[in-house]
Amino acid sequence: MTASAETPSSGPTRAASRPAGSLLYDPKVRSIFFQVALLVAVIAFFAWIVQNTTANLRARNISSGFDFLGNTPGFQTVTTLGTYLMDVSGRAITYLDVLKVGLINTLLVAVLGVVTATVVGFVIGVFRLSSNSVLYGFSTIYVELLRNTPLLLQIFFWYFAALRAPWVPDARGRVSFFWDSFHFNITGLYGPYPLPQPGFDATLWAVALGVALTVVMRWWARRRQDATGKQFPIFWGAVGLIVGLPLLVFLLTGSPLRWEAANFVEDGPVLRRGFQKGSGMLLIPELIALWLALSLYTAAFIAEIVRAGILAVNKGQTEAAHALGISQGKNLRLVVIPQALRVIIPPLTSQYLNITKNSSLAVAIAYPDFFSQVQISLNQTGRAIELIVIAMLVYLTFSLITSAFMNYVNSRMKLVER
Amino acid sequence: MTSSPHAPRSVAYVRTEDAPILPPPANTTGLYGWARRNFLDSMTDFSDVGSSVRSILMILLTVFLLWFGVSQIWGLIRFVLVDGVWSNPTGARREACLTEAQGGLLPNGSPVGACWPYVAANAKLFIYGRYPAAELWRPNLVFLLLGLGLVWTLWSRMPYRKLGAALMLVVFPMVAFVLLTGAGLSAPKTFWYVWPLATAVLLGLGWMGRRGIGGEAVAAFSGAFWGIGLFLAYILVFALAATTDWGLTQVTTRDWGGLLVTLVVALTGITASLPLGILLALGRRSTLPAVKILSVAFIEFWRGVPLITVLFMSSVMLPLFLPPGTSFNDLLRALIGVTLFASAYMAEVVRGGLQAIPKGQTEGAQSLGLSFWETTRLIVLPQALTLVIPGIVNTFIGLFKDTTLVSIIGMFDLLGQVSSTFADSSWATPVTRPTGYLVVAAIFFVFCFLMSRYSMSMEKKLRRGHAR
Repeated sequence: MTASAETPSSGPTRAASRPAGSLLYDPKVRSIFFQVALLVAVIAFFAWIVQNTTANLRARNISSGFDFLGNTPGFQTVTTLGTYLMDVSGRAITYLDVLKVGLINTLLVAVLGVVTATVVGFVIGVFRLSSNSVLYGFSTIYVELLRNTPLLLQIFFWYFAALRAPWVPDARGRVSFFWDSFHFNITGLYGPYPLPQPGFDATLWAVALGVALTVVMRWWARRRQDATGKQFPIFWGAVGLIVGLPLLVFLLTGSPLRWEAANFVEDGPVLRRGFQKGSGMLLIPELIALWLALSLYTAAFIAEIVRAGILAVNKGQTEAAHALGISQGKNLRLVVIPQALRVIIPPLTSQYLNITKNSSLAVAIAYPDFFSQVQISLNQTGRAIELIVIAMLVYLTFSLITSAFMNYVNSRMKLVER
Repeated sequence: MTSSPHAPRSVAYVRTEDAPILPPPANTTGLYGWARRNFLDSMTDFSDVGSSVRSILMILLTVFLLWFGVSQIWGLIRFVLVDGVWSNPTGARREACLTEAQGGLLPNGSPVGACWPYVAANAKLFIYGRYPAAELWRPNLVFLLLGLGLVWTLWSRMPYRKLGAALMLVVFPMVAFVLLTGAGLSAPKTFWYVWPLATAVLLGLGWMGRRGIGGEAVAAFSGAFWGIGLFLAYILVFALAATTDWGLTQVTTRDWGGLLVTLVVALTGITASLPLGILLALGRRSTLPAVKILSVAFIEFWRGVPLITVLFMSSVMLPLFLPPGTSFNDLLRALIGVTLFASAYMAEVVRGGLQAIPKGQTEGAQSLGLSFWETTRLIVLPQALTLVIPGIVNTFIGLFKDTTLVSIIGMFDLLGQVSSTFADSSWATPVTRPTGYLVVAAIFFVFCFLMSRYSMSMEKKLRRGHAR
């Protein structure tokens, strides 16, 4: 594309026929003039802001800089995956640690949300295309209801109404399910905590080996199919290598994994009853509410994306596959889904990004995600500019990484045209 | 074999009369046919093992979903209607929705559903916030004008829709501002000297350029003079309206709340972000590198950060950015944040429309001698914007739902206002919170559902227009 698309071209003949003042009409001169003017305006605007800000900070006696990151904050963070992974024993905790904990918690809820939303969204999306009225009706009501109410309201609903519903036992009681291995009460969901015993490393190595062998197997199966036309059951082979092999090793080494159940005290002083701190694995209700709200809300959008993607595959493709005698399942797997994915992936990317960005709503129910930690730190230190800049940069980085990754996937799946 | 194209009539295998019209197969009509089409097809195939397993799974799934869906919907109906507390003859407060065991008036043992007396008592708060009771006609008038204006501009059968749209975009904001705030503000003296002068100079230069007075230099930039001049003139008229004393009591934005704030934030966000978004979309498609880079950076920055960080930025950092001593309205801060955020999304929507316009349109316009801005204004934008109306409505739905986030920075939008009543001990019951959430959900659902239906019908209409 050249500049002539937007500005009428002025060849040398036209320019020559004009008087000297026609420099004003020269597209090149005009474009340079406009760009310089715009840049000057933008730079002047930013300079004005910087000048005002420094004046304001001086007037209000606010110190600035990033030195506060090494200070010790005056608040504690709830025990979550973040605090568990960030071992700070033996030194004072700093604001930097606080932010890192938040970052891990954000990633945790984002990953959980992405996985759940994808699964639920694909299922609901397929239901939306079903000829079965019950499936169609259920999925339609689901999509309309969740898409048309605010996410924040849904978070509040799960946190304040559903997880604190009258039937939910208080901190001294519990409901148990899955053969007494999981328990639920108002303080969260408790499960057994895996404690690896000596010798567990072998199982981990077996997983790595299984993945490596799967890659080799896939490569070999492709080559064989190209050469002889014979197919190899890659999926079951992969299941055997990635699940079966480690399981075998695990059993052969004598099951070196102990499950520590959550410690529940039923008698003794009333205030000491209930689940004891630091035993078992705990999903705090804030995380559950945020996870449920984010994934169910986003699943409604993903369902519509999936539906549109499947509808976008020409019916002739399915019919041709049937005419070739390809079975229903293979038709779906080899013909419809690969083509539907091309339509699905770009909008799916932005939904994954939305989950990450929307996880910042955690601040409303005090789940210690990245933005909540930023906000608490902001209240404590008053370093508004620094902290908000950090927050924006972090989310921006998430966005850029996700879209770069998805662009790569998209380019791999793109239709190769003649 | 004869080579004649018409076979003789006497041949035995040629029919001489029409075949009788048979009724459709019995299993495609009536109740059975309906059930077969809608349920049984997917679950009655037991011809082999695989199909049987699939059929059985389908039956289980259908039964489960039917049970789950019906029980949920029935639970909701029971909570809202059957068990809901409808009567409150004594004018009691929380006692109206508590059983006798809990210290209330309802008989023990009966399930308590939605607490409607609580909603009735707080309805004004939910809609207007703490807007003075004597002045409620003003927001009501704004709501009425808004409703009439929307019907006028959005319903395709109304006459003079363009005039309606122009009034809604230009005059309505001013009227709403004056009515809701009461106007009577004061502007610094220098404003009244500088602003009208600048406006007059720019408009004058634009006029001179069009008339060919002042030579090439003025003519070359007459479009820019004219555009910026009109913008300044609009601000001037707005400022005049805002500073005139209309005899209305002033109502500070701190007293606004509920649905009123939600609508103000959403509508301002969308109307202000549309022109900004158009400019950014044009900038992103520009061939001038500086313009393009700045537009891309702006769009990607705002799209890459969560709205909540933007709102925090506007509420905490914006006051620091302005000259010392400038005081800044809380609502305005949120509005600026929302507008900047929404304009980035709007820019992407508009860009989609711009990309859908064939290049031949631009080239045709240029071959007729139209300038870039004339081409954009007269040829490209009218087509592109019509194409993206559904996208704009969808952005609006998203923005409308996102206005709930302003409650996190301490403003009282609908959700914030309803949540604030949960702390009111005179209405503290176990059902208050669910009732409040239900009301908010119902209001948002109605608005968003109507908007999405409108966008779908527009989409259908547009597709029909383009399919030949």
